[in-house]
Amino acid sequence: MTTRREFLVLACGAASITAATSARAQLDPNQAALRRAALQEAVRKVTGGAPVGRGRVKLELPPLVDNGNAVPLSVAVESPMTAADHVKAIHVFTEKNPQPYVLSAYLGPRTARAHLATRIRIADTGTVTAIAQLSDGTFWSDSAEVVVTLSACLEEGLI
Amino acid sequence: MARAIVNMPAQAKRGEVIEIKTLAAHPMETGFRRTQLGTLIPRDIIRRFVCTYNGAEIFRVDLHPAMAANPLIAFATVATESGTIAFQWVGDNGYTVTETASIRVE
Repeated sequence: MTTRREFLVLACGAASITAATSARAQLDPNQAALRRAALQEAVRKVTGGAPVGRGRVKLELPPLVDNGNAVPLSVAVESPMTAADHVKAIHVFTEKNPQPYVLSAYLGPRTARAHLATRIRIADTGTVTAIAQLSDGTFWSDSAEVVVTLSACLEEGLI
Repeated sequence: MARAIVNMPAQAKRGEVIEIKTLAAHPMETGFRRTQLGTLIPRDIIRRFVCTYNGAEIFRVDLHPAMAANPLIAFATVATESGTIAFQWVGDNGYTVTETASIRVE
């Protein structure tokens, strides 16, 4: 005969297995690859296939984030911001969010300083990339690794 | 209901670089979250922020669901002439907020 204690143990086990499989069922097995492809596609849309150099851009993020719902981010680009030589746009992407896009800022010589600060959401530990488009048509980027302990928006298993 | 805060100096010297900080009260619902019953919460975000200085656009941002709630945007501009700096946030479900601030340039 099954005792009450045995029944509870079995019931809990069954419930947790069902929960785990249903969470996994909603995830594509190739999630990481899909996200990476989406990020590459987003970057390609911005650059139009032009080469992206490293440097000139400084992306600042805390290396360890307690709460992914509001992560302070600042982007600064080395540029004199004159009519002849200025930053036209700054794009920020994340690797692990459901969508790679975070923001696209459009600047001009009147923006005076190629600097912007905001707060973003990050779903999981991964890379954040900032790409700057200069008025001479070149692209420059910087990336930062961020460790997130509490994910933004999404339930566990769906990241 | 729809509120926004702008922080910038009221006066500046000609040619001085001024820092502008803006904050809009908005939940920035991502459209990826679910209720406890499993129904998807529809997306409700601010999609665009535009800053104009005496009618000329100086700064614009396209926002996506990965922006945190109550989006803070800080940037800089150069004080060229006295006048008004206008800020506009446009989003889903007809969300539009306009805020203006005047600046005196000496």
